[in-house]
Amino acid sequence: MIKAKGKPLDDIIRMVEGYKKILIAGCDGCVTVCEAGGRKEVEILAAALRLYFAQKDAEVKIDETSLTRQCDMEYLDVLSDRMGGYDAVVSLACGAGIQYMAERYADKPVFPGVDTCFIGVSLERGVWGERCQACGACILADTGGVCPVARCSKRMLNGPCGGSSKGKCEINPEVDCGWQLIYNRLKTLGQLDRFECPVDPKNWATSRDGGPRKLVKEDVRI
Amino acid sequence: MSTTTSSRLEKMLAAGHFAVTSECGPPRNCDGSVIEHKANLIKDYVDAVNVTDNQTSVVRLCSLASCIRIKQMGVEPVLQMVTRDRNRIAMQSDILGAASFGINTMLCLTGDHQSFGDHPNAANVFDLDSIQLIQTVKMMRDEGRLLSGFEMKVRPRIFIGAAANPFADPFEIRVPRLAKKVAAGVQFIQTQCVYNVEKFKTWMNLARDKGLHEKVAILPGITPMKGVGMARYMQTKVAGMDVPEEIIQRLKGVPKESQSEEGVKIAVDTIEQLKEVEGVRGFHIMAIEWEEKVPEIVERAGLYPRPVVNGNDGGSCATS
Amino acid sequence: MRLQYPPNIRIVRVPCTGRVDQIHLLKAFEDGADGVFVAGCLEGDCHYLQGNIRARKRVNRVKQILDKVGIGGGRLEMYNLSAGMGPRFAEIAREMTKKILELGPSPIRLVKEKAKKGAEEVAA
Repeated sequence: MIKAKGKPLDDIIRMVEGYKKILIAGCDGCVTVCEAGGRKEVEILAAALRLYFAQKDAEVKIDETSLTRQCDMEYLDVLSDRMGGYDAVVSLACGAGIQYMAERYADKPVFPGVDTCFIGVSLERGVWGERCQACGACILADTGGVCPVARCSKRMLNGPCGGSSKGKCEINPEVDCGWQLIYNRLKTLGQLDRFECPVDPKNWATSRDGGPRKLVKEDVRI
Repeated sequence: MSTTTSSRLEKMLAAGHFAVTSECGPPRNCDGSVIEHKANLIKDYVDAVNVTDNQTSVVRLCSLASCIRIKQMGVEPVLQMVTRDRNRIAMQSDILGAASFGINTMLCLTGDHQSFGDHPNAANVFDLDSIQLIQTVKMMRDEGRLLSGFEMKVRPRIFIGAAANPFADPFEIRVPRLAKKVAAGVQFIQTQCVYNVEKFKTWMNLARDKGLHEKVAILPGITPMKGVGMARYMQTKVAGMDVPEEIIQRLKGVPKESQSEEGVKIAVDTIEQLKEVEGVRGFHIMAIEWEEKVPEIVERAGLYPRPVVNGNDGGSCATS
Repeated sequence: MRLQYPPNIRIVRVPCTGRVDQIHLLKAFEDGADGVFVAGCLEGDCHYLQGNIRARKRVNRVKQILDKVGIGGGRLEMYNLSAGMGPRFAEIAREMTKKILELGPSPIRLVKEKAKKGAEEVAA
């Protein structure tokens, strides 16, 4: 899922300073799973902002809500009756949700309450790791199920580089060398022969490099 | 091995002599005379001079400009190119630019991650990796085509090199990776600097088992240690570097003022040992910020004067 | 044990301090508490294994928040003691009271009292 992390409180305070009626909107989707923008985090942020503003300006109202998700208009529509009562929104959804909220309620400033970081997995409670770069042309079949685009710091397709040391990447001893992982898996799968053939340059046009992307699934369109 | 380019390095290897290369680190400013000075120090003692490409991701005067300057001095440069900073468009373009000045030897590298350098906040490119760059240069030279398929009227004729690190992990993958580089078209290899001769020999055995020593010319890297401090640093802080404890002890065993002399001795000893290893075709002497030691090392290792190869006058890597 | 401790302490009993969440601590300050302390079992002795460890992490996080919003993290503390340590509890209560008296009333309480006074003046 998408993994995000709450923005520093100072930054959020700076964003909403000057507004009087603020809605903190969480999302029950990805940000709930990574404990950055779910109902719990909405409550805590709202309480913190109330404590801050109570001392500065008693007029400031902070309300809380959480939507099933913010990346679908039908769930954003739920807020349409209430939105008139606010002059700013802090959305704790991922970057996609925050933008959709801003699109739906274009006359309200919508501020990001989280930094959206990556597509990843839960490693343990409170720890998440990146696994996918959304390159749009998945090659996991060729690399034993480990992605060199997301897990090699140099996104090499013919790795490892000379900086791989004891299974760790040269940039940081806590980062696994993606190609060591690929090697281990290919060995387990008996596919080490893949290492002898050079892999051709990747077509990056399906990834971010090709420009903002859109997906169309014709068979479900009305 | 017939020659395909005008590269003096290629000719030296084809003639069966031990080749000698060294390197120039460009300055962190626009003073081209630094390159001239360094090249002049070593030109009579080597067959070609590598110019590093923003090494360790630190911005320096670019390799291409430095190579052009060196070429115009009548000295043979080796253009080092990393894939970290340029996409395939820029790299093919730079290769055409290099070839237009007669630069005929290249080293294809992936490059250190930008987090090591002075601009850690930069975006990186890595559109291609070193193996794909090798394939690209080969295609430009042998098929006269760019990656897009476009046919060039005048094609670059470049002798293709790459780096290898016998000391990185996983060890079992190092020789298959070398095999992959050979399959991609690499013609010469310069390795990471060798201190652990035994491990290097193990790697060479495995390479010979696959017959790679006949398909590619291997030049082990040699870097003289300036002292114990440098040795310790390289042993502990540089990824993929293997400095055995015996080397450190050998340096510790002499008084401080003699440590640099001992470092040079170790370098010469290493060269002598490696000369006996089947498949070693020359040496790449990297005396970082200590270029003045290169002539001494080459002389003491019995590699001076440089042999004459057809088409060049003897003694220097001046090109005709 | 009939030990003396200051009368200004309001006790909220929980089966384990692991039950205490960040929002409970924040709400206490929102309602005007001048100080809050969480008294959990000795580390390693939690009946529910790690409840007091979780509480400690949450207390630390809320201390940070309180610093950032101008209330002050010093108004919130966590202590570890066993249920049998009556005198220690009294000691903690006294210690915490002394500390909070030195820090003065919570800024939120001052705001609330001012608002109340203002409302009374209007009514009069």
